[in-house]
Amino acid sequence: MNNYDVCIMGGGVIGTAIARELSRYKINTVLLEKEIELSFGVSKSNSGIIHPGTQNSPVSLKGKLCVQGNILTRKLSRELSIDFKEVGELIVAFNEDEVVKLLQIKKDAEKLGVPGLKMVTIAWLRKHEPNLSRSAIGALYSPTAAVISPYRWVYNLAENALANGVRIFTEAKVESIRARNPYEIHITTSRGIFNSRFAINACGLYADDVSNMVGINDFRICPRKGEEYLLDKKRENMTKHLIFPLPSKVSKGILVTRTSDGNPMIGPTSEEVIDKEDLSTTAAGLNKVLENARRLIPSIKEGDIIAYFAGLRPTAGDDFIIRHEDRVPGFINVAGIQSPGLTAAPAIALMVTDILRREGLNLEKKRVFHKYRKKEYHLFADKKLREAKRLIKRDPEYGDIVCRCEMVSAKEVREAIKRGARTLDGIKFRTRAQAGRCHGSFCTTRLMKILSEEMKIPLVDVSKRGNGSEIVVKDRSHG
Amino acid sequence: MVNRELVVVGGGPAGMAAAISARENGVKDILLIERDQYLGGLLNQCIHTGFGIEYFKEILTGPEYADRFIRKMTAMSDIEISLRSFVVNLKRDRTLTYLSPGGLCELRPRALIMATGCRERTREMINVPGSRPAGIFTAGLAQKLINIEGLLPGLEVVIIGSGDIGLIMARRFTLEGARVKAIIEIKNCASGLPRNMVQCVEDFDIPIHFKHKVLKISGKSRVESIAVAKVDENNIVIPATAFTVTCDTVLLSVGLILENELIEMAGADIDKITNSPVSTDLNNTSIPGLFVCGNAFKVYDYVDSVTADSELSGKMAAEYLRKCR
Repeated sequence: MNNYDVCIMGGGVIGTAIARELSRYKINTVLLEKEIELSFGVSKSNSGIIHPGTQNSPVSLKGKLCVQGNILTRKLSRELSIDFKEVGELIVAFNEDEVVKLLQIKKDAEKLGVPGLKMVTIAWLRKHEPNLSRSAIGALYSPTAAVISPYRWVYNLAENALANGVRIFTEAKVESIRARNPYEIHITTSRGIFNSRFAINACGLYADDVSNMVGINDFRICPRKGEEYLLDKKRENMTKHLIFPLPSKVSKGILVTRTSDGNPMIGPTSEEVIDKEDLSTTAAGLNKVLENARRLIPSIKEGDIIAYFAGLRPTAGDDFIIRHEDRVPGFINVAGIQSPGLTAAPAIALMVTDILRREGLNLEKKRVFHKYRKKEYHLFADKKLREAKRLIKRDPEYGDIVCRCEMVSAKEVREAIKRGARTLDGIKFRTRAQAGRCHGSFCTTRLMKILSEEMKIPLVDVSKRGNGSEIVVKDRSHG
Repeated sequence: MVNRELVVVGGGPAGMAAAISARENGVKDILLIERDQYLGGLLNQCIHTGFGIEYFKEILTGPEYADRFIRKMTAMSDIEISLRSFVVNLKRDRTLTYLSPGGLCELRPRALIMATGCRERTREMINVPGSRPAGIFTAGLAQKLINIEGLLPGLEVVIIGSGDIGLIMARRFTLEGARVKAIIEIKNCASGLPRNMVQCVEDFDIPIHFKHKVLKISGKSRVESIAVAKVDENNIVIPATAFTVTCDTVLLSVGLILENELIEMAGADIDKITNSPVSTDLNNTSIPGLFVCGNAFKVYDYVDSVTADSELSGKMAAEYLRKCR
């Protein structure tokens, strides 16, 4: 029977962070995701910044949870073995008015408890960020900003939750919810009915639609698109820190950041759109990103760009919406989680756990809780040849390179599939195969064969990211 | 550490010609490293004809052209061939680390010829706006899917750019029963060879739009359409001329880049735009004893030229080794 204590709807960073937190307790938890893999919604296009908490109102939920989340993410990243690179950020001022604003930002952030903030001078900037625009006259430095891989973060959270007994269903799209009696919620999905005492709506862009299913319709999710442009790793040392302009009312502006794999990244734009699936990039977006990024780092060239993508922020007003809906006992909305949602995720998970406890869920800790997740190997990225030699001796598949650009072995690809990859994008997000300079021209055929073998599906069913995105239309190899 | 006289990296037409030529010029201890399980490189997927006109005065297919060199080379007892072998590291002193079935090996040859070929430019490198669905391939990947794997990528195709592989794939898709609806080229003439324009495009009545630019790729899961418009003499889009072509597949044939990341890793000087080695002499690099040949040195239109270039590099490596003695 599909009877659970808690049903989490949505397999992005919020859903999986909650799942991991709840997996400490003696309860039955299930997580449902509509896509073929976790992280394929909002989270996959996140820029991966763990914010210090400098750009939020001191009275907002965002501000409080961001500062708390920054601390929690550090701890959790060690437990779950993910690269957490603390690089620090600079918010740059170009005139005296902006310096005044920076001082206000500093004051607000200190009120929230952001540690280590300091104003830095032109001389400091020249020394530490020689490529920064000469028009900059000062900056606010916050040392606790970091970068993480957003999708690997989701996968690691989920994997550890799974190891601790949470059940996870993908391709389980919530179709309707019935909640006639308090704490008896029936969720109909494309993979059957799930009955649960509590339901948590972490459905990102679709949180309003799911909330509507229980008659709560006092918020609407407005997608706000952000286009991001990745630069060649050859420009890795272009900046030491993440570089921000002064934030506007709606966004943090166009930034010069980097991914946890070392590629500099410029963006995002901030544009309200109607379509919740509009992930297109535009010529106007590119121009805007280049123009604004060059205001910060003038030497950025269009030719430095090696990849680009767009994501949608699920906005619902100015702040996060995290609350138990008293009109539908057992139903909890976690909606409007835009930036700094990735940072705040572990803090949001704690807040939701408190709500569950307050609503009467008995949360007793398990005697055995597997706190740690073993790190996966990425042999040649780490360039530890001795370690590589040892592993290849143990399993020759580690020596069978599939992706030449990022040097990913067949073994690493098979491991990724065992850990949940179902598609070419899923393999890319986990292993970086296809993410290098040839963008999969070399390894696609091999990856398709491995997916087909491991999943026991025909080659024509291998897809980029699920149903409808199959790579080829016909197989004529058998005559 | 094992030492060798000469190591050739790459078992395509360039690597084979270089190894054979080095042997014929007196080098006795040669190892050729190839990452695939077959020799021949990209020739294996080029099942069309047109190879060998210069070199053999015959018209051959890609695999036939490769086969002549495979036979000749495998008959030479002083050339050892290591298949399924992948170079993971190269140092300035020519120390080479490579994987081969069974383990990780290290070598320091006295001379090294890199015959690593080239790769295709991708959609990411030319900034095509729009979405990123399935159904977007480089022309060479589509060629591999059809000719090697027997898999048909799609049924309604638009090709961006008019390089040789793109033109050849226009014909190939047509022969496979798919419909090539348009070739979009921003210049006023094709990038590929005139013979391919005639034999692959004109003979099959495939529409080619010169002075046109792609505005957008659309489609959520799979490509659905592509928006195109004419450009003026400054390559600025003329919005009134925009039109849409429905399709499920987009191929890119927008040029090739030399595959020289290994010599770059070793610290050889590389031109930032063309990726070609910078040195004072043909087929040389800024590192003594490190040679580059074939399409890794310069992108050639004909494999016959690749062979000639690589034979020269084999000879140069032999001379270099003689002088070292």
